[in-house]
Amino acid sequence: MKEEIIISGRMNPKIDPVLNIWHWEIPLYLFLGGLAAGILFFAALYIILKKEDEFPTAVKKAPLITPFLLIIGLIALLLDLNHKPYFWQLYTTIKIQSPMSWGAWTLMVVTPLSFIWAALNIKEIFPTWDWNISFLKQFEIWCRKNILPIAWITITFSVILGIYTGILFSAFNARPLWNTSILGPLFLTSGLSTGAAAIMLMSKNHIERKAFARIDLLLIAIELFLITHMFMGFMASTQVQIEAARLFLGGPYTASFWVFVVGLGLVVPAFLEVLELSRRKIPVIVPATLVLFGGIMMRFILAYAGQASRWLY
Amino acid sequence: MRYAMAVDTKKCVGCSDCVVACQTENNVPIGYCRDWVVEVTNGTYPQLEIEIRSERCNHCDNAPCVRCCPTGASHFSDGGIVLVKEKKCIGCGACIASCPYDARYPHPEGYVDKCTFCLHRVKKGLQPACVAVCPTKCMYFGDLDDPKSDVSVILKKRKWKTLIPEAGTKPELYFLI
Ligand code: SF4
Ligand code: SF4
Repeated sequence: MKEEIIISGRMNPKIDPVLNIWHWEIPLYLFLGGLAAGILFFAALYIILKKEDEFPTAVKKAPLITPFLLIIGLIALLLDLNHKPYFWQLYTTIKIQSPMSWGAWTLMVVTPLSFIWAALNIKEIFPTWDWNISFLKQFEIWCRKNILPIAWITITFSVILGIYTGILFSAFNARPLWNTSILGPLFLTSGLSTGAAAIMLMSKNHIERKAFARIDLLLIAIELFLITHMFMGFMASTQVQIEAARLFLGGPYTASFWVFVVGLGLVVPAFLEVLELSRRKIPVIVPATLVLFGGIMMRFILAYAGQASRWLY
Repeated sequence: MRYAMAVDTKKCVGCSDCVVACQTENNVPIGYCRDWVVEVTNGTYPQLEIEIRSERCNHCDNAPCVRCCPTGASHFSDGGIVLVKEKKCIGCGACIASCPYDARYPHPEGYVDKCTFCLHRVKKGLQPACVAVCPTKCMYFGDLDDPKSDVSVILKKRKWKTLIPEAGTKPELYFLI
């Protein structure tokens, strides 16, 4: 028998007895970042493929919400900081080895891009919109002329943003549950899938909705594959990672992970999308909302469970 | 120069004087601590064996906390001591999540705080407060690059281990076993 206790009674707030330095702000920020990345990815993709007429919601309508998503995400990130008046220090250096740092800089690129995409399409909602300032009008014309390069930059940075939301966790070797490089692709795929779901929710065009149901189905399949792969990796790894995986395999997070993330967030919407594609009437709001719900739950559960996983000593 | 500390687990009696000395010396806010004492009990009664360790930041050579800090607030100072610049720290918590030993905590004023190996004392030629106060004299501090320093001498004489070396952090806090 081996028993280990701290006899001097360490009880540092937010550290003991279980690490809880990150609360709702970080998973919300990761969710909104991934969602915005997903939407911008599809908007840019269909511009590059010159299919903007076939996918009007993806290219024109959905990008309108991305500035809001990113700004709420940035506010959540700011709320999470313990030393808020000094937040500007983030933008005084670039530290390549720190995901927090290059993620903050990626957002500095993606947020203005999201404003450009929203501004270019604002007439979708306010048909009589006029910028009134000649400089802005010229800028709009310039952007429209250069939409292809802008789309390429957007698609690149949306992929970086999507991957970053996972790497933020996976860079920590101290928390074995997070320390798997699968999290980058998993969060990117999940971000794209939530983006597709948001487009499905906003779209009134039957063909576009069906196309996105198909895309989403593929993304869900990839996510399920990555999750399986993640557990296989854990179980074949060291004792600390086996213990980490047990949080989801009989441990305290088992029910919430398999019911909310895998069941309601992936398997059920996939099933509904299959039904829809085989011409049964399924109100699109159900699978799309479930995908969004699953995306947010995945980030919350991984954020909390990761902090509960640790090295055994 | 490479500062390091060695703690004799055979001599330590777990009195926690080091914890109180640190709290007093460094004005550690009430309810927090930068060092702590762990007792490990091994075996079944009556064949019991105990090991007592006074733990703190390991001032790792390959410190994940320094690597993941987005602002450079966490940095290597003199002799590899890992410190936090309060005015640069945004309190993002990345370093806290990255430390396998949970050696850091968010100070109530917002920045992240931790053991400094009492660099302010060491610069004056004094020992860190915990080392100086230990009634059993079970702690050794000094420069590993100097073969005559207390810590170099004791590490040559005795068997030792570090905590979770497999985490790849290269700790500079040694436990004599
Ligand atoms: S013990 Fe933790 S806080 Fe100290 S240097 Fe190592 S990783 Fe950083
Ligand atoms: S909390 Fe402070 S010291 Fe720690 S990583 Fe963030 S900015 Fe750096």
